[in-house]
Amino acid sequence: MAPVIDTLRLTAEEAATLLEGGEVSAGELRAAYLDAIAERDPQLHCFLKTVDESEGDGVPIALKDVISTKGVETTAGSKILSGYVPVFDSTVAARCKDAGLQLLGKTNTDEFAMGSSTENSAFGPSRNPWDPTRVPGGSGGGSAAAVTAGMAPWALGSDTGGSIKQPSALCGNVGLRPTYGSVSRYGIVAFASSLDQVGPVAKTVRDAALLYSIIAGRDRCDSTTAELPEPVRLPEGDSLAGLRIGVPTELNEAEGIEPGVREAVRKAIELAEGLGAEVGECSLPRSVRYGLPCYYLIAPAEASSNLSRYDGVRFGIRAEGESYQELVERTRDEGFGDEPKRRIMLGTYALSAGYYDAFYGQAQKVRTLIIDEHREAFDRFDVLACPTSPTVAFPIGERAADPLAMYASDLLTIPSCLAGLPGLSIPCGLSDRLPVGLQLIGPQFGENLLFRVGHALEEAIGFDTVPLRWRTRSDPVRGQIPARVGSDPTGLTPEETV
Amino acid sequence: MSGLSLTLTQFPMAISREEVLHVAGLAWLALTAEEVDRLTGELDKILDAVGIVAELDLADVPPTSHPLDLVNVWEEDVPRDSLALEDVLASAPEPENGLFRVPTWRQ
Amino acid sequence: MTWEPVIGLEVHAHLKTRTKMFCRCAVGFGAEPNTQTCPVCLAFPGALPVVNRTAVEWTIKLGLALDCKIAEHAVFSRKNYFYFDNPKGYQISQYDLPSCMNGKMILPTAEGNRAIGIVRAHIEEDAAKTVHVGGRTGRIRGADYSLVDFNRGGTPLVEIVTAPDIRSAEEAKRFLQLLRQTIVELGISDAEMEKGTLRVDANVSVRPEGSDELRTRTELKNMNSFNFVARGIDAEIARQIEVWESGGEVRQETYDFDATTGALTPHRAKEEADDYRYFPEPDLVPVEPPVELVERLRAELPELPAARIRRLEAELDLDRAIVLVTGGLDRLWADSVAEGADKIAVANVIANNLVGAGIDPDAVSAKELARLVKARDRIPRFVFDEAIAKLGEPGFSADPYLAQEAVSDEAELEPIVARILEANPGQVAAYRGGKDGLLGFFVGQVMKETGGKANARVVSELVRARLNAP
Repeated sequence: MAPVIDTLRLTAEEAATLLEGGEVSAGELRAAYLDAIAERDPQLHCFLKTVDESEGDGVPIALKDVISTKGVETTAGSKILSGYVPVFDSTVAARCKDAGLQLLGKTNTDEFAMGSSTENSAFGPSRNPWDPTRVPGGSGGGSAAAVTAGMAPWALGSDTGGSIKQPSALCGNVGLRPTYGSVSRYGIVAFASSLDQVGPVAKTVRDAALLYSIIAGRDRCDSTTAELPEPVRLPEGDSLAGLRIGVPTELNEAEGIEPGVREAVRKAIELAEGLGAEVGECSLPRSVRYGLPCYYLIAPAEASSNLSRYDGVRFGIRAEGESYQELVERTRDEGFGDEPKRRIMLGTYALSAGYYDAFYGQAQKVRTLIIDEHREAFDRFDVLACPTSPTVAFPIGERAADPLAMYASDLLTIPSCLAGLPGLSIPCGLSDRLPVGLQLIGPQFGENLLFRVGHALEEAIGFDTVPLRWRTRSDPVRGQIPARVGSDPTGLTPEETV
Repeated sequence: MSGLSLTLTQFPMAISREEVLHVAGLAWLALTAEEVDRLTGELDKILDAVGIVAELDLADVPPTSHPLDLVNVWEEDVPRDSLALEDVLASAPEPENGLFRVPTWRQ
Repeated sequence: MTWEPVIGLEVHAHLKTRTKMFCRCAVGFGAEPNTQTCPVCLAFPGALPVVNRTAVEWTIKLGLALDCKIAEHAVFSRKNYFYFDNPKGYQISQYDLPSCMNGKMILPTAEGNRAIGIVRAHIEEDAAKTVHVGGRTGRIRGADYSLVDFNRGGTPLVEIVTAPDIRSAEEAKRFLQLLRQTIVELGISDAEMEKGTLRVDANVSVRPEGSDELRTRTELKNMNSFNFVARGIDAEIARQIEVWESGGEVRQETYDFDATTGALTPHRAKEEADDYRYFPEPDLVPVEPPVELVERLRAELPELPAARIRRLEAELDLDRAIVLVTGGLDRLWADSVAEGADKIAVANVIANNLVGAGIDPDAVSAKELARLVKARDRIPRFVFDEAIAKLGEPGFSADPYLAQEAVSDEAELEPIVARILEANPGQVAAYRGGKDGLLGFFVGQVMKETGGKANARVVSELVRARLNAP
């Protein structure tokens, strides 16, 4: 009898074990996910493309559509790359292939990874599996929603200002934004070169660590990568004794953080104390006050340059034009959506003659301040903790017309991105029946520490990654792990047990 | 932006419609009139918000271009395989005799 | 009013590395279009540059040869603009923190050493090649459409910018010859203008002599040889002087110089200067050359052309020394002198016959050259010329040429001399009347009579003796 594969609950590690033990074949596993996609994706719209067949006899994986995949269309969520089929693999896609992972498909993204809700995709928004009237976050909403909805056991996303962490928080799963320079950007459709990083999206911290170990490490094709100073360690254990957790005041109390979010995060930090951690306050005043402005100068500036290659000459769509200039200008106006245009304009302005010093130049100096502020915090603490997103998932359409409101979604993720530091988001509870993410920020190349802390907390919190609307009472698998400390850390009814 | 003071800006940074047109010219974006109007309003607000970086006196602070402190990353001068021509032209909108065709430059 | 030209040069040399500057596609001429390309030099989405180490080292070496300060911290920058041949929409170059700065090249002149400032030397990548189809001239004006070949795109270039220290077109030419020879001797580039591996743009302005103001300058482009550069500069100087003297003002413009017509054609007037929006290239990390590397490269420098010119000047005159050194043939000269050749004579032979003839100096035997030069009075002129022309061939020997003696027998030559003088009484009278130059005419006639086989020196003496006799 064919095994029943519950893709909503199966972790990648479990899938790998099933494959190794011969309990399930690669084809059966693939079929289970394709079935789940057929069933749920019409509503959630996570996938821009599914791949019928893939080499590889390992665990299936979904890749955000900014990740070049040889022979498989890669659009970066933009009309301008409709029909573009790369003739080369990105390094991360190649490493996944080498590890035997099967490509399921390419997931939806805000256009050129610019956005916080996946509503900027030229191919329509993705929806949050917890509540399809709400956004899954962005820009990597497709990958995060796919993992939560059991349409992929894990996925790769890309994070520039929070595009992995924030969707994971809004969709209730684990997302890692790695240390800048630990994962290759070769073949990733570039948004902001000094900020972009590819990272894992998964149900558990161990899965995230496993996937990170597959993709991380220096790449000769990306001059900004470095060898990892130590090998990736899959986390075990439950004690946080000796760990010093810093709670940056500004990141935890910023205006705009919903009370339910603040509460869930506070409780998670308390849990950490119960596991032996020492918790203390720290301050990152300028990182928070100037983080968003700094980011929204540097990222668009780099993007405005990175997007100049989209001209209709060598690939992608081409508009009509009597002259070369007309052709290029029209291709770009027709092919780019509003958000890329906004950012190209903003970035070009910030770099232009007479404005460079006040805008881009100044932002680069602010970046130095932010790096220094974080470094000082890490003198006293091992890990920093705060909410990942100020709010839970918001309704589709609510912020789409107000760019500044949308940018504010990244308030808490941006500062550490500017500092090039790794950040892990793990689900820590619910607020208004929607997931809340806890952000753990580490020092450079501190991924192993983040995994250890994340894993211990994850076990203690016992969050059920299956969306409420899909849970059944008799469900025997995950979700019933009792909390280690206290009777009911989340304050939820048994029906909503986390 | 939430968490930031929106009202206190020492250097009001308005952007005019003219400047928007100039920037669109630099960026080779053929904006429609509607887009120019809309973008002028949006960019004005955004620039106002991001412009607070000017509050800080950072004369002695060095800029950061790279968050990871690497130097001297390079490769030996040894050739590697180039792409096959069919791959080079695979996505070309208008290939011609192995070259990429474009309309010519006109003023 | 006398005017002083103020000239600066921007020189691009194509480094002859094996691979491109930011990817490992092979560099080389003659390949089928678009067959030496990859995602990086095609600017496909997601492609990233990787620096060519040799190109960096060679640029530093050139900087050392130009007496530059080698930057301890050099940064690549993006220069943003749209053009067919620039697929990323930006060129990776170096802007405010280049690899080499503040050097100089010494031009030996009769009046002493002229130091021409080198503001900077930096690394960048070359653009792709575009063919314009449909127009009459194959140029962009009037073309119907264009075709782009990305093979050349990404080739490493070093750009050298001089200070506006050059004061004449002739000086510009000498500077370029010396610079070119320096570059070639470092082994980093073939630096041939005709082949496009060396490109020169000139920035020209003029000012009243004696003042130190800097007036508006124009840029001259698209000149294909050092001679054309000099002529273009002269033409532009003249044009500018006329503008100022007629009460006008020179405008900042770019001109193409057409060597055949001598015309200066301005590029289409731009409404505004390009705003390249330079910023540090985020995909590449800075270059901080280790001290050991810089010292190793410094130790590898050969004795540079300028120094050799000064050394040779002690034995030859300055012009001759310059010609030999910038022609890359001074070592051949020295070797030939060591083999016994007269130093002035062999310098003349080399300068007049070998420089610019495309001969590979290493292929020429100094010994054979010396033997020929020693015998130059003894063998017929046409035999000598033939031998010189074949000097570069493999296995060349002077033997067959040396075997042919010119006729020196006075008894044989006298009657011919007499006959020529008799046949040209008018010229004889003119000579005796003071026109010494006509000696050459008579000698030439005798040589013609003897089919070139006579010994020209002997003939010359016989003719002179007869003409001077009462």
